Amino acid sequence: MKLFEYEAKSIAQGFGLPIPRGLVVSTPEEAKKAFEELGKRSVVKAQVLVAGRKKAGGIRFVSSSKEAHNAAKELFGMKIHGESVGKLLVEEVVSAKRELYAGVTVNRSAGCYTVLASVEGGIDIEEVASRSPEKIVRLDVDPIQGLREYQTRIIGRKLGFSGKELTDLAGIISKIYKICVTYDCELLESNPLLETEQGNFVVADFRAVIDDNSLYRHVEFQEKIKRGETELTPLELKAREKGLSYVELDGNIGVIGNGAGLVMATLDMIHYYGGKPANFCDAGAGGATAERIKTAMEMVLSNERTNALFINILAGITRCDDVARGIIATREKARIKVPIVIRMVGTNEEEGRRILEEAGIPFLDSMEEGAREAVARSLR
Amino acid sequence: MFHTKLMLEYGTRIVAGVTPGKGGTNVHGVPVYDTVSEAVDMHKVDASVIFVPAPFAKDAALEAVDSALNPIVLITEGIPVRDTMELLAVTREKKTILIGPNTPGIITAGECKLGIMPAHVFSKGSIGLVSRSGTLTYEIAAGLTKSGLGETTCMGIGGDPVVGLTFIDLLEMFRLDKDTKAVALIGEIGGNAEEQAAEHIRRTSYPKPVAAYIAGRTAPPGKRMGHAGAIISGRSGTADSKIEALRNAGVHVAEKPSDVARLLADLIR
Repeated sequence: MKLFEYEAKSIAQGFGLPIPRGLVVSTPEEAKKAFEELGKRSVVKAQVLVAGRKKAGGIRFVSSSKEAHNAAKELFGMKIHGESVGKLLVEEVVSAKRELYAGVTVNRSAGCYTVLASVEGGIDIEEVASRSPEKIVRLDVDPIQGLREYQTRIIGRKLGFSGKELTDLAGIISKIYKICVTYDCELLESNPLLETEQGNFVVADFRAVIDDNSLYRHVEFQEKIKRGETELTPLELKAREKGLSYVELDGNIGVIGNGAGLVMATLDMIHYYGGKPANFCDAGAGGATAERIKTAMEMVLSNERTNALFINILAGITRCDDVARGIIATREKARIKVPIVIRMVGTNEEEGRRILEEAGIPFLDSMEEGAREAVARSLR
Repeated sequence: MFHTKLMLEYGTRIVAGVTPGKGGTNVHGVPVYDTVSEAVDMHKVDASVIFVPAPFAKDAALEAVDSALNPIVLITEGIPVRDTMELLAVTREKKTILIGPNTPGIITAGECKLGIMPAHVFSKGSIGLVSRSGTLTYEIAAGLTKSGLGETTCMGIGGDPVVGLTFIDLLEMFRLDKDTKAVALIGEIGGNAEEQAAEHIRRTSYPKPVAAYIAGRTAPPGKRMGHAGAIISGRSGTADSKIEALRNAGVHVAEKPSDVARLLADLIR
């Protein structure tokens, strides 16, 4: 789950991290007032979860309350890479000597958090990593001991800092790590972390991605989910509530399967045979019950673009006859007109096949044949 | 417990179960205890397979580590990555093998299984199968069985971003297993486990043929595809990068799942 910049900064402030003075606004009038309160050159930033807002024009520098009002008006009317702008952050512009990078990320291969820091901030850290990897200081954090204060000073020294700046920066890195652990972040970064002429640091941008698996233990984020403030679409969110794993795609062939890997492979097979999937939908790796398939079908077919449906179930203990009856019942009840293609392996397969074929639903033996058939039917 | 019955039927010697609050009961003939230490006091136990819900899974695994159970097969999906990282630090220190989390488990065809893999798709044969997936693994296994190749051992390393045993660990185990003639590696988008496996294969001139299938070639970037670890972040974790790395290491990468068995049949001949 991604947090908005203003949410991440609010947390940062609570932990004592220095952030620019700023206000969150929901109307152009509020933006104007915010500018007046800040009393200096400001930056108006669209609060969106998508990446690339800067390039898309979601950040405007303003030097008057009229400019602030106009910038806000424009931004509220924009969609940034498809995402509507609901809130803006109006912040004082902080002049900087240098832009640094400081962040913590889950290091999958090491199995721990890794702290990353660099004096090459303000740009894409992946670019720095590939262009000049020596410019990035890395430290793997022992999951049991956590990040020691002395380790943050070592990082600071490696970046070339000394004196008060060294201890200040070390403190900032410590706090970033503390937030990361407290909020179960997958990624937490300040880019840029500004170094001012006076030798102070300011977290000019702050980005937090919370581990979805940890949401059950973060009551503070439950409200966000309820308000639909996530990077998931409304349909994806609804599916998650019903225990399905769902991703909207831009094609027209609906896909339902059991098991994420199997469903991904099914999408790949549809592409292989010249089709475009409308969605990813995992009805549950354990075994797809008739009930879950029914729910999945309703979700997938609520997408108007879907003009064919491929159901791919590979399960040891799934009762194919039950699922078959469930599929037919759902088709009738929801008056589904789109062609349905099934591939199902499980108990009572032959009975399931008979039931489906009698209802005019092709029952294929392999997922590849199933994908090919679904593509063919979608083109008719 | 449903899967306990299936494991017992397959030949796994399940000697005890642990469910806090259900000590003293009995499931399919298996006695249940409230704590792992009580279970190991009463029985000779080696391994543990854990089905505990995500919020309590780390605790259950640590309890198993504490009683020196090894390996620990962690079936549970949805465990916070921070919990897994802490658990992994402990298992590494204690030299306990962790399989998973978010895994269907491990099965040695015809002998024993720990987890939820459906027995009927596997048959005793010569292919070592290692995968990040669950049902996709069964798909591949069914193909291997159908082609007469069969499997020696099949293990799911799990769909999470941080896991215990890795592709490299399994490659090494298969290297030392005299019955395994070739390896099938099933990967997916997210992370760089496949790239690291490819590097390992190349660097050690891995002596057995390896075929692979990577799911998610057509997955959009930035979206989590079911598994917690299946997400393309920025430029890393794409299926194409994994396929390229594997091919450069001499691994035969299948275009379709059913090609895996065909590739291996040719390689073994």
